[in-house]
Amino acid sequence: MLRLAGLSVAYGSFTAIQAVDIEVQEGELVVLLGSNGAGKSTTFKAISGIEKPCEGDIYFEGKSIVKKSPDRIVKAGIVQCAEGRELFSRMTVSENLVMGAYVHRKQKTEVKNSLSRVYELFPILQEKKSHTAGSLSGGQQQMLAIGRALMAKPKLLMLDEPSIGLAPLIVEQMFEVIQRINNEGTTVLLAEQNANAALKIADRGYVFESGAVVVRGSSQELLTNDDVRKAYIGA
Amino acid sequence: MIRLHRKHYIIFGLVIAAGIFPFLNQNEYWLHILTLSFIWIIAVYGLNLLAGYTGYLSLAHAGFFAIGAYSLGLLTVKTGVNYWAALALSCLITSVIGFLIGLIALRTKEHFFAIYTLCVGYVIYLVIDKWDSLTGGVRGLIGIPAPSNIGPLSFQSSLSQYYLVLFFLLATIFIMYRIVHSLTGRTFIAIRNSEELAKTIGISTMKNKLVVFVLSTFFAGLAGALYASFIRFIGPDIGYTTVIFDLLTYLLVGGIGTMAGPIVGTILIVSVSQSLQFLQDYRMLIFGPLLTLIIIFYPRGIVGLFNEMYMKRRSRKKPRLKKTQTPYTDSEGLQEDRVKEG
Repeated sequence: MLRLAGLSVAYGSFTAIQAVDIEVQEGELVVLLGSNGAGKSTTFKAISGIEKPCEGDIYFEGKSIVKKSPDRIVKAGIVQCAEGRELFSRMTVSENLVMGAYVHRKQKTEVKNSLSRVYELFPILQEKKSHTAGSLSGGQQQMLAIGRALMAKPKLLMLDEPSIGLAPLIVEQMFEVIQRINNEGTTVLLAEQNANAALKIADRGYVFESGAVVVRGSSQELLTNDDVRKAYIGA
Repeated sequence: MIRLHRKHYIIFGLVIAAGIFPFLNQNEYWLHILTLSFIWIIAVYGLNLLAGYTGYLSLAHAGFFAIGAYSLGLLTVKTGVNYWAALALSCLITSVIGFLIGLIALRTKEHFFAIYTLCVGYVIYLVIDKWDSLTGGVRGLIGIPAPSNIGPLSFQSSLSQYYLVLFFLLATIFIMYRIVHSLTGRTFIAIRNSEELAKTIGISTMKNKLVVFVLSTFFAGLAGALYASFIRFIGPDIGYTTVIFDLLTYLLVGGIGTMAGPIVGTILIVSVSQSLQFLQDYRMLIFGPLLTLIIIFYPRGIVGLFNEMYMKRRSRKKPRLKKTQTPYTDSEGLQEDRVKEG
């Protein structure tokens, strides 16, 4: 479904990611592991068209999307939920969600359907729909960010560190929801530092280190890989 | 809901006040000042949509104001086009030029955008000032006709012109209100919040920025055209940089990114500045520090200050809702637009 072929992105003279090859099959939940600055977010930005790669190609459903603008990539079905739960904090919860359906804004009934689906997934958002996004707690904000991404009806949902800065209990809930989204048919590409929790729900994983993929394999393989255990699981 | 009702009463009251003002105050001079203020308010609304709601501070709008004024002047004086056709054409010409400039200018951001548009504004001024054969250069353009009659309606008297300008102002406010409270308006606010975030949810930022830029130049052009037919004489100085700084002062004092800001700021500053006329240019000694203080303490201007006071009072009444309930209208606010943690 998604294939990165020898993708490199540079910020000026600094190469953020180098010759990255990643493949995601339809229906899979794939996780990108790695510490801060390893290149996960840059990879996401390259896929969603915000950073243009200096080398390599990105194929989505067989077609190259490297030259497409970010809004066309969203229309094609790749939606990113950015790191740090960036929201429109002065807008209400429901306004935030409706903004998420921007690419489908002409199909009003579809937007309504997506909205009720998101509310079903995150009942707390319905409860707080007329509150401003800025007044929500961290976990609720993350739910809103994911909900907003879902409003665009992605074929491939990219989640950048959804567990960051959340309480352990909330993290658990978050991963349950992500798994549910995946089970309902959305392909998910997840970037995480929380390797243990992420690998539990993922099919496969890639480990990033200073801008390159160093280890790849199924979740089972990664969970039992000594290097990965030492670096990211701590056991 | 209560707030909405209250808001409607205020708006209704203001419209009636503006409507009966000429009967309460027979002074021609104040009628003139108020008409002129209304024209400025239209231009400030145009600027507000771009600078306040989308976050792109254009300093070229005096230039667009001048383009609107000169288009109307030249079309009516030199080619003798019907006034109303000339008015529509002036807005169109300004928008087209705005579109072309926007194509280039919107590739820059933040202070670079401000500096670039400042230069554009100055170039427009220079073109008007130096292109003698077309614009009359420093001598300006005289004999611009007043709006021509529509059936039995005549616009020769200052009273009728007051109402004409008021009509355009109300139309402007109505359109602005509809834009800001639509998905389009929220798209602009989203771009102001974070362009990158807007992109990730599928907003074509360039297209939307171009739309808002053209809209905002349209209103600058409309204001310019009305100005030309009201004053009946225009010179290149209406496109000079001091004009944009006046507009910006009105907007900042009133409240940038608020719905009522342009009205409050313009009326206040114009009337105060008229009352202090005896001080001549030393007036600026008062306005300068005043503006600085407002920007430091009330970045959202007088309207922002009132909104804040209103919210505080309301939260005291209903302490239970203190943190969670905030009204819709506050999505207009500029501060803490963006939640970013972790």
